[in-house]
Amino acid sequence: MKDIFRQSMAWLHTWAGLLLGWLLFVIFAAGSSAYFQEEITRWMQPEVPFTRADPATAAQGAVEYLTRKVPDATSWYIELPGPRRATSSLFWQLPEGASGETTATLDGAGHPVKARATAGGFFLYRLHFDLHYVPVIWARYLVGIAAMAMLLAILSGVVTHKKIFVDFFLLRFGKGQRSWLDAHNVTAVLALPFYLMITFTGLVTLATLYMPWAIAANYTSQDRFFEVAFPRAADTPRSGQHAALAPIGPMVAQAQSLWGKPPGFVEISNPGDATANVLLTGTPSAQINARPPTLRFGGTDGVRHGASPVPGPARQTEGVMIGLHAGRFAGIGLRWLYFLSALGGTAMVGTGLILWVAKRRQKLPNPMRPHFGFRLVERLNIATVAGFPLALAGYFLANRLLPVTLADRPAAEINALFVTWGAAALWSFIRPARRAWYEVLAVCSASYLAIPIVNAATTDRGLVRSLTNGDMGFAAFDLVMIAFAIGWGFAAWKAGHPRTAPLRNRKVRVPGATKALVE
Amino acid sequence: MALRTIAALGGSYIVTALAAACAARLLPTTRVEATVAATLGAFAVYPILALAAFSARSTGRVWLFMTAAALILTAILALTPIGAATP
Repeated sequence: MKDIFRQSMAWLHTWAGLLLGWLLFVIFAAGSSAYFQEEITRWMQPEVPFTRADPATAAQGAVEYLTRKVPDATSWYIELPGPRRATSSLFWQLPEGASGETTATLDGAGHPVKARATAGGFFLYRLHFDLHYVPVIWARYLVGIAAMAMLLAILSGVVTHKKIFVDFFLLRFGKGQRSWLDAHNVTAVLALPFYLMITFTGLVTLATLYMPWAIAANYTSQDRFFEVAFPRAADTPRSGQHAALAPIGPMVAQAQSLWGKPPGFVEISNPGDATANVLLTGTPSAQINARPPTLRFGGTDGVRHGASPVPGPARQTEGVMIGLHAGRFAGIGLRWLYFLSALGGTAMVGTGLILWVAKRRQKLPNPMRPHFGFRLVERLNIATVAGFPLALAGYFLANRLLPVTLADRPAAEINALFVTWGAAALWSFIRPARRAWYEVLAVCSASYLAIPIVNAATTDRGLVRSLTNGDMGFAAFDLVMIAFAIGWGFAAWKAGHPRTAPLRNRKVRVPGATKALVE
Repeated sequence: MALRTIAALGGSYIVTALAAACAARLLPTTRVEATVAATLGAFAVYPILALAAFSARSTGRVWLFMTAAALILTAILALTPIGAATP
């Protein structure tokens, strides 16, 4: 009975892990980088110096800019600078029928920032759950299925591996399948609670999409539920009566004294009208909960309205779970721990995929001509485990190498990522498997090494300059790229120098051999 | 194994969805809180059901359990109108 249980769990672990493993690898890799999305964006806009900006000054500067630029917009949104970003991001909604620009990036004083257009770290964050080239809604369903497969694979994996916690201290190198099993096991146990937490809370971030039935049982529509669960002030129509906006600085200061931290977002509805309203939202770094508190002010008189009602325990739990997933509250130390744990998860998925192949290679009837499924998995593994990291390097290199004035530059960077990936995938399929591993890994290593070199050559913010200037964000980015180059270089070296020893127990059945014996 | 997989993955989802809907109606708190709590709980119920279904002794028993649970939960859902919990 116990053995049947373990067998069924092993079956589930193998197939849930394999079928969604490639997608999970991409989700984990992109998600890991998303913990540093602000820092990545900073690196991808080397023209913008990183200076600490005062939120109240930045808010006032942004409002003055918007008043000049789009006084008749329906609403303005300002994401204020903070400890991880030097700029304000502005969005606005034009009145119906109007067309034109709807975004801008300003420095701490409210002047437009002149920097290369880039998709930045934000693209990697969106790739993590929206994928690309697929309709967002289908991408999110697919990612949800992958996340549930991950949850099932984690739970069944703990059951499958009899001595998973004891074997944590066991790492046998150079033993083929055993080594991959040990590596899979070590990366799994290393941050097991993190993987469980991140998978579960990941599902919670899109819970109402994956499990809408509790809402359907109680509300006529999802919108109705959101109105009740997370109420916001109703839109009031413009009165048409012009009125100047009250200074925003004192409102920001009030929020700061109330929350202990400055707000992260400013939203102004009906600007320039007598019905104007200002909504300040706390910074996500101030609390674990992903839904920060808000404060409302009258737009023309600057008088504070009542505070937002405190949500009940279920909604607080939900907000904290989403906050734990996104890690926006994390300081620099915890952020690194998030990043390293997520890389551990990426490695766990990658080693699991390779283990599937290593395990079956021993049992192939004819190792010289493996069946189609085996070859497909082997090639998809190369294209994903070595190819996707290479594609990320291509993305960063494109940021430095594409002409700064190129039209629709962010899209070109994204295309560079997918063209690199496509090329790596093609290479994985047309070359002999072992050569393909070696070659794609070697190119991957070289590309990561090229990133700090190209950065130093094309900007005045190379690694040496960053280190001497104390520009730790830039220095850390370059150093992480070098670390990846060393890691992939080591992997390439291992793949290029196969061991020939552990073939002892392999039974090679060559077709015709038995026949020859009989004769 | 195909029949088992359908029951474990699909059946578990249907039973979880119905259980979440029932919990959203019946949990003794406000309607909005009950809805959120039921949605969150569903993500713990589903993997437990699915793992249990994969490890059950026979596929027939899995189908029997899923069908019975779905029928009972549907009946409960039909008997509790919207607003059974406080608003």
